[in-house]
Amino acid sequence: MSATPSTSPPAVELRGISKRFGRTLALDGASFTVQRGQIAALLGENGAGKTTLMQVLAGVQFADQGELWLDGVAIELTSPRQAIARGIGMVHQHFQLVPTLTVAENILLGTDWPRFWLGPRPLHDEIATLGQRLKLPVDPAARVAALSVGEQQRVELLKALWRGARVLILDEPTAVLGPLELTPFFEALRALAAAGTALVLITHKLAEVMAAADVVTVLRRGRTVASDVSTRSVDADQLSRLILGGDDASAPSPAAVTSAAAVVGVDRPPAAGVVRAPAPALLRLTGVSALGQRGEVALAGVDLEVRCGEIVGVAGVSGNGQRELAQVIVGLQPSTAGGIVLGNRDLTRLSVRERLALGLGYIPEDRLGHGIAPSLSVRHNLALGLFRQQRPPWLVPWSALAQRGTDLVAAHDVRLQSLEQAAGELSGGNVQKLILAREIDARPRLLVAAQPTRGLDLGATRAVHDRLRQLTASGCGVLLVSEDLDEVLALAQRVVVLFKGRVAGTLERAVASAESIGRLMLGQP
Amino acid sequence: MRSPVRIVPRHAIGRGQQAGIAAAAVCLALLLGGLFLLLAGVDPLAAYAAIGRAAFWGGAYALSDTAVKATPLILCGLGCALAFRMRLWNVGAEGQLLLGAWAATGVASFWLPATLPRPLLLTAMALAAVVVGAGYAALAGWLKARLNVNEILSTLMLVYVASHFNNFWIFGPWSQSGFPLSPQFAPSAQLWRLSDAAAAVPALSGITLHAGFALALLAAAAVWWLLRSTRLGFAIDVLGDNAACGRSVGIDVGRTTVLVLALSGACAGLAGMVEVSGVVLRLQERFSPGYGFTAIIVAWLARLNPALVVVVALLFGGLLVGSREVQPAGIAMLLQGTLLLVVVGSEFFARYRAQWRGWSAHG
Amino acid sequence: MAEGGALAFVVNLLAAGVASGTPLLIVTLGEVIAERGGVLNLGLEGLMLVGAMSGVLVALPTGSASLGLLAAFTAAALLATAHAVVCVSLRADQVVSGLSLGFVGIGLASMLGAPLVGAQAQLDRFAVRPVPFFSELPVLGPVLFAHNVLTYGALLAAPLCWLLLQRTRIGLHLRAVGENPEAADGLGVNVTVYRYAAVCLGGGLAGVGGAALSLALTPGYVDGMTAGMGFVALGLTIFARWNPLAAVPGALLFGAIRRLPLDVQGLDVGWLANPSSGYFFNMLPYLFVIGVLVVGNLRRQQRGLGAPAALGRSFVRGERR
Repeated sequence: MSATPSTSPPAVELRGISKRFGRTLALDGASFTVQRGQIAALLGENGAGKTTLMQVLAGVQFADQGELWLDGVAIELTSPRQAIARGIGMVHQHFQLVPTLTVAENILLGTDWPRFWLGPRPLHDEIATLGQRLKLPVDPAARVAALSVGEQQRVELLKALWRGARVLILDEPTAVLGPLELTPFFEALRALAAAGTALVLITHKLAEVMAAADVVTVLRRGRTVASDVSTRSVDADQLSRLILGGDDASAPSPAAVTSAAAVVGVDRPPAAGVVRAPAPALLRLTGVSALGQRGEVALAGVDLEVRCGEIVGVAGVSGNGQRELAQVIVGLQPSTAGGIVLGNRDLTRLSVRERLALGLGYIPEDRLGHGIAPSLSVRHNLALGLFRQQRPPWLVPWSALAQRGTDLVAAHDVRLQSLEQAAGELSGGNVQKLILAREIDARPRLLVAAQPTRGLDLGATRAVHDRLRQLTASGCGVLLVSEDLDEVLALAQRVVVLFKGRVAGTLERAVASAESIGRLMLGQP
Repeated sequence: MRSPVRIVPRHAIGRGQQAGIAAAAVCLALLLGGLFLLLAGVDPLAAYAAIGRAAFWGGAYALSDTAVKATPLILCGLGCALAFRMRLWNVGAEGQLLLGAWAATGVASFWLPATLPRPLLLTAMALAAVVVGAGYAALAGWLKARLNVNEILSTLMLVYVASHFNNFWIFGPWSQSGFPLSPQFAPSAQLWRLSDAAAAVPALSGITLHAGFALALLAAAAVWWLLRSTRLGFAIDVLGDNAACGRSVGIDVGRTTVLVLALSGACAGLAGMVEVSGVVLRLQERFSPGYGFTAIIVAWLARLNPALVVVVALLFGGLLVGSREVQPAGIAMLLQGTLLLVVVGSEFFARYRAQWRGWSAHG
Repeated sequence: MAEGGALAFVVNLLAAGVASGTPLLIVTLGEVIAERGGVLNLGLEGLMLVGAMSGVLVALPTGSASLGLLAAFTAAALLATAHAVVCVSLRADQVVSGLSLGFVGIGLASMLGAPLVGAQAQLDRFAVRPVPFFSELPVLGPVLFAHNVLTYGALLAAPLCWLLLQRTRIGLHLRAVGENPEAADGLGVNVTVYRYAAVCLGGGLAGVGGAALSLALTPGYVDGMTAGMGFVALGLTIFARWNPLAAVPGALLFGAIRRLPLDVQGLDVGWLANPSSGYFFNMLPYLFVIGVLVVGNLRRQQRGLGAPAALGRSFVRGERR
């Protein structure tokens, strides 16, 4: 069933788009449509090709094949600038803002007016007025680096709207918003749609689609499996089957996959049903404070505890101290106050190596930036555990390590061409499996996992989650820092909520709901 | 209208293709160098021929001279390669070389009696040069590790400081009868040369190849082993690829920085000792035609590989020998710089290839 | 020493510092522009020497220092284009590209400048032109208003550079290119053109700085006459936090320190009179640069401001990971 046909041509129509990146076929004859004044959702799991398809529309990528129609006219886009000129604006998942420039400077970047001379307050009044009118208030003189993530998103939206965007593409816009910020955000979108803008929401979150969008298009593995389906005529189960491929034997059925449980918005407590006596405390933080990158207070008096064999999830909207928390525990940045104790050892004065040697494991949030040496081989990367040993050897036992590496790769199902392949060539999921393999091989007592499944597809996510559960079965504790509330709800036995660097609340998973956690995430009791 | 050519990253590149690109780069560099020579009013073909003759195919003397010039290049090149592998830009190897020469001169002529047996005195000189060179570079390393002072600038500034420092001694306390030279080294402070055995083997007369060359080859082997088999070598590779990752797995970046720069300076300091003890036989102004700077180019062209450093150093040593025959000064540095620039630019063609898309406006 | 003598000494030193710091100021302004665009140029030393050489090369036969200046700018800008090609278009490492360009410049200047050494007698140079009335002022007069036109130009250029960077569209785009070229590119700013322009302008100014040495300060061409000034400019860029206005006091201070050995040896005070002390004074400018970097980093660690975020990184559009 498709939406009521309108007499005017669709705002945007993409037909038969194919795109290849090297050996990967990202899009295979995909198509997409959205009408003027409509909010269309583009749905699919990670890696389905949603962002790529929209990047073609936004002029960022060139399609190998296919057609692009704008208001019924076939067009060709050769650069983002052309797309902007035609009224197509895209707000990317990772903001494209220049942090050291002001809001006004960011908005005016690349425009034609004023032509030469800007002056100290270029078009500040006009920008402020536009922001007010569109329910996206901003301070034009503020430096972007000082803004919160939500405010930065408003700047990104204004950037597109300032240029007269009539088609607005939003890539995972709610990833940076807490559950209760969604409502005002969608209100602003509704207002834009009412004014005639065509809106495209790229997302993998089913609940939001049902709440906000008029129509849905589903992509799977680069193909359109459902097009222009009205959200009133379909339910969550049907959509999730379309996303995952219910008729595909190799794909897991929705009910068995834990992430899918979250996808359809059902709360489920984690699988460990046995009630145990409280295990001994493994990691204890008392009053830990730390500074952020810009010298601001990132953590203020954080208390938390992880016991043996349990997963503690740290939830919160991005930017509330999660990154600093992980780094302080591992020792990558110093704390300004408070104590960190692992077992019976005080970690606060120890180096990273010493902490790792005592049994700490670390899955960094930026897996490519901090987790691997991308140009070195997989074999080298698996051997990195060498450096944390109490008395590391002067000579590297390469042959023994090579054998160990082969075993690890097999045990953790890391898909690669050879051990000598550069680690950076592996897909995101396999890189994460590599890092997990390395860390788990060091037999940690406590694993700090920061955003472990960010950007991974369903299969890889499931593999990571299984690994984490296996770890706890053997007595290891896991501190899971994740901005994906669904993941925290699926895995953790206890949930600690961070808000503005403080612990807003600690809840037992069995008694917590998404709403209660969501309120804490926004600082409301 | 789109550009008809699209740049696409290559997946893999064969050895043959790589060699082809490198060869093309060398040819282009020689061509450009020839153009510069023409600009200076010199016949490029004659100049290249003269360089080749003096450096390589002029008999035993040419080869010996080339190896002699290559010796400090090998040592400094090894030092640079070690540091560059960790993305530590030790461009001040020249300064470490100068101070190493100073320390060796001090031991040879002033601080230890010349009556010591030759092996002992030479060892002491080498040790002094290594320690001073290492310490000088470690200073820059410490500044980088603790205060994040850019090592390019600190090591470079220290070159000028070292130069003036040496001049103070050469023109002042160590000056021999008012001339800007230190007294000539006693025979016990001079490195063994092949020509020392001329009495027994007349063919060796005039061959100035000295023990420093063997030392340089040994150092190359040592560095190769260090990089391949030791934990430090592994750490260097990791930090050079992704320092953040290294930190996350427990490598002490600060300590490794100081250590690697110290090793780098040790090699350069040794080069200084080898030059004054094997060639110049005293400390004087400008005894080095910029070995420490040339070594930067050597290390980079050798792709930071110790074995290739030896090869490239020999080639450049030949260039230095040969360019004595060619009139305009600066030709050596010009050719070396051009070669490096062209080679560095040519790596683009190894990483990307051009795809012809055709001129049609429609994709 | 008499009271008036002390003041006169300081004023003299400052005035000489302004004159002596002019070449450094010009080069630094150029590098600030280039680095704001995200491109590091380590070949400034070679570019300065090429500029110094070209200035004399053209000024001698034509008898015009102004033409020499133009030649210096052009030659250095052309040479800097090679650096732009290699590190912007061919995406090579900026450090290595800059260093090798520096070697090319040093060698080229040495090669083509050899016949020029010693020819300063017939050289037309930039003479000191005191500004009427202003140069009569006490203290400020001789320090700021009794110089050649290059110094006046440099002192005016600093605030003009600041205005260009902070208040014009070109400056805005350049800054964006140096901080986040991906974002700028996405908005239609041509990163390649801006980087090329910044590198060529920066290189040209380095050449002008070299000519300021050979056509005014020294004057004449001598092999290696810059004595590391091109590298000092890099340090000054960092110290000035990439702000053209802040480069002025740094450059003047450095100029004064450079002059110190000459002025101080005139004083007959104890150890200072010993000719050997000259060597240690000669070290001062270089130690000063290191000191400046240390102090700058100590301050920055407290405040968290830094280099243009994309400095040293090649920009590649849409390379997928």
